[in-house]
Amino acid sequence: MAAGSLTMLPDFSLSPRIDQVGVEERASCFTKRSIKKESKMNGLLLVLNMIDLTTLEGKDTDGKVKQLCYKAMHPHDAIPGLPSVAAICVYPSMVKVAKKALGDSGIKVASVATAFPSGQAPRDVKIRDTKYAVNEGADEIDMVISRGKFHAGEYNFVFDEIAAIKEACGDARLKVILETGELGTFDKVRRASDIAMHAGADFIKTSTGKIQPAATMPVTLVMLEAIRDFYYKTGKMIGMKPAGGISKSKLALHYLVMVKEVLGEDWLNNEWFRFGASSLANDVLMQIVKEKTGVYQAANYFSVD
Amino acid sequence: MPVTKKKTAAKKSNTIKLKFDTSWSYDPAPESKSAATIKPRYDLFINGEWQKPAGNKYFATINPANEEKLSEVAEANTADVDKAVRAARNAYEKYWKKMPAKERAKYVFRIARMVQEKARELAIIETLDGGKPIRESRDFDVPTAANHFFYYAGWADKLEYAFPNRRTEPLGVAGQIIPWNFPLLMAAWKIAPAISTGNTVVLKTAETTPLTALKLAEIIEEADLPPGVVNIITGAGETGAAIVNHPDVNKIAFTGSTDVGKIIQRAVAGTDKKVTLELGGKAANIIFEDAPIDQAVEGVINGIYFNQGHVCCAGSRLYVQESVAKQVIRKLKDRMESLIVGDPLDKNTDIGAINSRSQLETIQKYVKIGKQEGAEMYESSCSLPRKGFWCRPTLFTNVAQSNRIAQEEIFGPVLSILTFRTDDEVIEKANNSPYGLSAGVWTDKGSKIFNMTKRMRAGVIWANTFNKFDPSSPFGGYKESGFGREGGLHGLSAYVSLKV
Amino acid sequence: MGKTIINKSSLRISENGLEKKTSSKRLEVLKTYKIYIGGQFPRTESGRYYIPVNASGKKLANVCLSSRKDFRDAVVAARSAFSGWSSRAAFNRGQILYRMAEMLEGRKLQFIDELIQQDATKAKAEKEVDLAIDRLIYYAGWCDKFQQLFSSVNPVATSHFNFSVPEPTGVVSIIAPQGDSLPGLVSVIAPAIAGGNTCVVLASETKPLCAVTFAEVLNSSDLPGGVVNILTGKPSELASWFVDHMDVNATIYCEKDSITQKMIREKSALNLKRVTFYDKVNWYSGEGQSPYFIMDTQEIKTTWHPVENIAGAGGGY
Repeated sequence: MAAGSLTMLPDFSLSPRIDQVGVEERASCFTKRSIKKESKMNGLLLVLNMIDLTTLEGKDTDGKVKQLCYKAMHPHDAIPGLPSVAAICVYPSMVKVAKKALGDSGIKVASVATAFPSGQAPRDVKIRDTKYAVNEGADEIDMVISRGKFHAGEYNFVFDEIAAIKEACGDARLKVILETGELGTFDKVRRASDIAMHAGADFIKTSTGKIQPAATMPVTLVMLEAIRDFYYKTGKMIGMKPAGGISKSKLALHYLVMVKEVLGEDWLNNEWFRFGASSLANDVLMQIVKEKTGVYQAANYFSVD
Repeated sequence: MPVTKKKTAAKKSNTIKLKFDTSWSYDPAPESKSAATIKPRYDLFINGEWQKPAGNKYFATINPANEEKLSEVAEANTADVDKAVRAARNAYEKYWKKMPAKERAKYVFRIARMVQEKARELAIIETLDGGKPIRESRDFDVPTAANHFFYYAGWADKLEYAFPNRRTEPLGVAGQIIPWNFPLLMAAWKIAPAISTGNTVVLKTAETTPLTALKLAEIIEEADLPPGVVNIITGAGETGAAIVNHPDVNKIAFTGSTDVGKIIQRAVAGTDKKVTLELGGKAANIIFEDAPIDQAVEGVINGIYFNQGHVCCAGSRLYVQESVAKQVIRKLKDRMESLIVGDPLDKNTDIGAINSRSQLETIQKYVKIGKQEGAEMYESSCSLPRKGFWCRPTLFTNVAQSNRIAQEEIFGPVLSILTFRTDDEVIEKANNSPYGLSAGVWTDKGSKIFNMTKRMRAGVIWANTFNKFDPSSPFGGYKESGFGREGGLHGLSAYVSLKV
Repeated sequence: MGKTIINKSSLRISENGLEKKTSSKRLEVLKTYKIYIGGQFPRTESGRYYIPVNASGKKLANVCLSSRKDFRDAVVAARSAFSGWSSRAAFNRGQILYRMAEMLEGRKLQFIDELIQQDATKAKAEKEVDLAIDRLIYYAGWCDKFQQLFSSVNPVATSHFNFSVPEPTGVVSIIAPQGDSLPGLVSVIAPAIAGGNTCVVLASETKPLCAVTFAEVLNSSDLPGGVVNILTGKPSELASWFVDHMDVNATIYCEKDSITQKMIREKSALNLKRVTFYDKVNWYSGEGQSPYFIMDTQEIKTTWHPVENIAGAGGGY
């Protein structure tokens, strides 16, 4: 979707206002849902299946990525029939390794791009970065927005850049990272969400994981509500990916409750909702085993990759 | 294998609908009844003892969620009321008036702590007896009740700071009559300031929800309060009338309907009884186009469906600026779909049972009236249990100011939505009511908030929020919503006389 | 000049101004005592009058015997003045009350004269007028201060800013103390209007002269029409109308009469008027003035608003 094709762009400075306290209150309501028994097990399996298993380190190697890919396909073979995770998320240079390791497992390869995590690079570099990852076989691109430009009020710049990256993605799905921890207010999170969705994002994503705070329930709620409003306005579904800071199953289930009660059935699958996380998978596995055996688990029994 | 679905392309507008009947759903998560003890029968708590009613009559209290009998409680008659007032008078003269204020304070602190200790049990009983969701009784009613005791306990020995240049004296015996919507909390709102300021109390519970107040009586017994300082009796309207008419009662505090409030005001004519009344309401909740819409929607939901709408300050009249009305109504309808209606003891329940059959009939009567008046009704699609008293979350659109559903208190989960164009128009409509208990306003513009909050004639104004309560925050109405305040510094006035 | 005027007046009163004087002196112009509604001085719509007499049996004047309809008109005036008066800056209200005191001071002699006609000794009359002036000054000073004293910022546990402030109740119907002509009247009017209410006042039945002259003071002291409306007449006839009007928010009654008190409380239930009895107040002592009198016709309004970023702010109900 090129910028020029949208003749009726909204004035992003008029994005709906958000009251922080109200958002926090609402978000905390989701944490009060009691998820027990079968619904807990089903929820955990769903969470596992929604994870973008992530390694984004300067010291990443082929070996590390291969091990992670194995984990993605075989989260915990002691329990048969577990779903795999949704995707592996790596740097562009690791896409080829991951793609090969995952083979025909169906697990997607997501690559961060556009001078991740700061985004401080010229547009042509970002486009090349994106095209490189796509050419290496990435199914999904996780781009970062230019937060500096956003804060400076250059919404058109941010919009055009997202649209350009979207074009560079070709068939790959585009996740747009807002880096909410750098945006400062929910009003700005909402505005950035609106810009990203209108510019062609397939997913909006909270964070790079490199900045604190990363994903929180309130910020995710604001984005889910932006997705809902966009859906009502255009009929187009946009995915959501909270990333960073979600390492416990209980919290992940709270997120699931939030998706269920804000967007409903259509979003309760890994096509439209993902968790960007590295250590969540093992906690989910521990809980699954605990549910199956009735015994509290220890970390030593779950592979660390 | 990853479970993936086909990409959904942009849908046609008539299929754009969120589906909340999801494949992943919550299993029942009922709170355990075994954590609460309910005796098969309760007598009257008079003079620190459990006394049989003079008429030897008892009546059943039922669980409105399944119509099963929970217990039976005594019906206090005039003789019982007289006994209770005597006990209160005796305790006032003999112990409570004379006790150093700081000691009085410690008794009230002690009650606060014991309510906290027994919070789980109280919450369960509150939910069983009244039908409200356990989430609310657990997270709101019981902790707020405990906090109220804690707050007022601290005032007991500081009253000389509350009223500049005045000395305070307690009034004597306070007769207190509470409603069925927040049984324990209302008991706390009544008892805590009364005894902290040195009065003694005869409190009558509501007919349909006596149990938590009786549990509170057990706590008061356990807390070793001098006998007669707090007397808790049960009964219906006649018992209440006997309290109001008793010549040795110095103060009447009543929370309930405006009709009964007026009867009380007439009844005390010609006496020196001091009265505070916390009565009905028909709160206007106003959404401007520049409001934080999603939080406003949440505030509207909380405003009208909290406690099944059995709230005197419920935001039952919603005024939405026309430019955002469609959007707000759509969001409200979506949100109603995600409300879970059912077993009040289930921790996931948002909306429990209607308190009684007669209240359900009242609500149904108004829903019928609303339809007859030509308003458009919408209710959530949830299924309702077969036994018990239930009402789906309901809203009416196309409501006119002259409709009865926009003027009269329904006291149920029924919202009336009206639209407006200008600030002046909405303020006039909002104030166009004999009530004046509470009001709400949603806008992102600071100066408009102050304009609205100043001009709305109501005792509690929520701006960009709704249905918030705190022991330190005074609560009470303008106009026919009653007089006097409960809570906070201003709540003390109701229980003291000022001396130079 | 004071003394001669007083003498002349007593002469006038003794003859009630009705008998033709044969003296060759200039014929005195008599005052017509009218009622005060909405800043105007109409006669009672009923056309009725009564002639109060003083202790020595002298007729004071032809005084309007106000009717239920006069009261109704006065409530309309008071209601329409309420929004403007209550939303004025408190400082401005203080200045207007002060101006009332100034005007009263300027017409002191007239009031003393009238008080003497109504049985006061000169010394007592002077004291009463002084007291009335000082009381207005007292309440002028309170106009922009009592709110500070009786407001609170409430430390709620959630992430909200919460404050409570007094606001005027609305239209107050007042049956003024019947035993005196001026200090009682001023003592009940001043706190009500200092707090931003508007009022309809029934003057002392037997000593109404100062009330009407006080209305003239009000009328010349920047007080908007309708804020204070003064009727003359009989409490026995009007009291029930004062308390059963649905557009009156509060009623003040200052007598001990238990039958009337009972009637007032009963009728107040119609629309739940706030009722205050000042039957034990000595208006001539220090207890006759305090900010607590202002608070008797105030409501407490509590306002909540969220506050971002309060540490530990939890959600939920």
